Amino acid sequence: MGSPAGNLAVTPSRNRASTPAVVVMRIKQVTFFLGILIVLAVFLLPLAYGVFTSLKTEFQLSAVGAPVLPSSLEQFENGGKSYDVYSVPMPDGTTKRLALVEKGRESSKFVDPTRPDAGLIDWKGAWRALNASWRIDLRWVNFVTAWKTIDFLRLLLNTIMYACISTIGAVCSASFVAYGFSRFNFPFKGAAFLVLMATIVLPPSVTLIPTYSFYFSIHWVGTWLPIIIPTFFSNAYNVFLIRQFMMGIPRELDEAAKIDGASPLQTFFSIIVPQAVPALIVVMLFHFFFCWNDFFGPLIYLAGQPGRFPISVGLTKFFNMYVRQNSLVQASALISTAIPICIFIFAQKYLTQGIVVTGVEK
Amino acid sequence: MKSARTGAVRGRGSSQRRFELKWGLIFISPWVLGFFIFFLVPMVSSLGFSLFDFNLSAVGAHKFIGLENWKRAVLKDTEVPLAVLKTFAFAGISLPISFLFALTLALVLNSSLLRGKSFFRALFYLPAMIPFVGTVMIWYGVLNQHAGWINQIIESVTGFKATGSNGIQWLQSVNLVYLSFTWIGLWGIGNMVMTFIAGLQKVPTELYEAATVDGAGWGTRLTRITLPMITPIIFYNLILAIIGTMQFFLVPYVINRGDGTPAGMTNFIMVYFYRQSFNYFNMGYGAVIAWIIFIIAMLFTVVLFTTQKRWVYYMGEK
Repeated sequence: MGSPAGNLAVTPSRNRASTPAVVVMRIKQVTFFLGILIVLAVFLLPLAYGVFTSLKTEFQLSAVGAPVLPSSLEQFENGGKSYDVYSVPMPDGTTKRLALVEKGRESSKFVDPTRPDAGLIDWKGAWRALNASWRIDLRWVNFVTAWKTIDFLRLLLNTIMYACISTIGAVCSASFVAYGFSRFNFPFKGAAFLVLMATIVLPPSVTLIPTYSFYFSIHWVGTWLPIIIPTFFSNAYNVFLIRQFMMGIPRELDEAAKIDGASPLQTFFSIIVPQAVPALIVVMLFHFFFCWNDFFGPLIYLAGQPGRFPISVGLTKFFNMYVRQNSLVQASALISTAIPICIFIFAQKYLTQGIVVTGVEK
Repeated sequence: MKSARTGAVRGRGSSQRRFELKWGLIFISPWVLGFFIFFLVPMVSSLGFSLFDFNLSAVGAHKFIGLENWKRAVLKDTEVPLAVLKTFAFAGISLPISFLFALTLALVLNSSLLRGKSFFRALFYLPAMIPFVGTVMIWYGVLNQHAGWINQIIESVTGFKATGSNGIQWLQSVNLVYLSFTWIGLWGIGNMVMTFIAGLQKVPTELYEAATVDGAGWGTRLTRITLPMITPIIFYNLILAIIGTMQFFLVPYVINRGDGTPAGMTNFIMVYFYRQSFNYFNMGYGAVIAWIIFIIAMLFTVVLFTTQKRWVYYMGEK
């Protein structure tokens, strides 16, 4: 950077003044970058904990002095038997990794795993004070165990069933309502839209008791219906998002279709919906994540129906039961994370746009 | 042009109006129906329910008791005001920390000094993608008194004996549990950060340039330009956060099935509502608690909306 400036060396004083400024800038940038990297590391530390723990044995989780990385005790197999390997300080000051063959109170017999034929080594001292030798060992089998114990396939199918059906409902109803609000003038439209927006700040709990009692009286409690059916009646966030987008679609398009004799329904399906696809994708994604996380509805309406649980409730019950088997708990938490994170990686742009539209363009 | 149009075809104008009314109503009818079925009627009947002693586990046994449920909630049952106070106390700790963290993060992730913005934004957003139950399970492990990394790191860095039976009890200590729940909540903060970043990008750069020419430093630019310009987004997030905190339920339910551990500290109002309504099936009393949640949330919303003229700045106004 300095050398090309050399052939322009007309104003050395200015050159000298700018170089330190650039250096200071660079230093600032680097420290800033490193500082944020550290914050990020701390922020994501629990995730690393989850990954590491999910790959450990329960033995390692409760063992004193166990390493941070998923490992198991090193074993030495000989003559059909396996022996634990320890780091043994030798009289000559070196440390050797030896397999404990015969345990004794004051002295124990070891064998060198690399030279098992060399015979037993007698070592004086308490073997319990020795450090066990650990070897990296990733227990992927924990994921299989967690998957089976929790019957994850069923939770997954339930959740996907819920997500698919209700996403169809949410997207169709919201685009319908959004089209009504964005293209037609009728009395009290502004007021109606305000009421729609006001439902965002309404705590859902206030309507819960009557709706629950109603579903109870028509025997819907215990089924998915009370959770799925309301999604077919649109929701304020989705309507807002799609409406914002539809307002940006040129009206000339509808007018042209109208002159050609298209009814509003035809216009909606042939002109507006194809144009609004990006907004519909955003709503689809949001609704999918909403379903994946939806907790309170399934918890109260599906209580006592484990075969119908979605992931959120199934995981909770599993967690309450297996809270002591932390490796399984972490493995199941990570399994539940896989699909949303995959979708996030592929659809990040759409998601960010959607968040920005609902949050900023009020 | 407008007058020519209305003057020339008055008859068509009214048929046009009827046409718009008809189709407008057809298209918004899903919402209108849904609003009546799932909002208005249940809300009103919720008030009615609150006047009955009504238990779903004993079918047919409901008795009109007037304001008895309300009296019980407000005057006799100390659990209700206590649960409200606990919810406020938690909000008092969690909201300032979350907002400060989200704002700082947004400023940092939007700073011109930062290289690799999209990388950092994606990774800071990542935990918001984790299903919230999974988040709680992961944090439950990492905050574990004995084997959790937080205590182990504190111990190895500071030498303070953080693990063991006299160690730091993040989730069992009366003093720490709200703070721990706040940390857990920071993993769901991604959306707020995104909206703040979007708000920051909308601040006109000329404002900063003008301020720099006038000799304003970093702090002045922050408090005089940046913060006032993003007050609408702070306002929006504040309303959502207050409604959300009033209904804070998932974390205490997943961690200890809503039993209030430690010492009733996590008996938030929504937890109590769940217990009365869906453990004891006291639907009449549950309706009262739900209305109390609603009234408090509405009070805060109304206060925020009426004071917004004083502190929320909308671009383009005035």
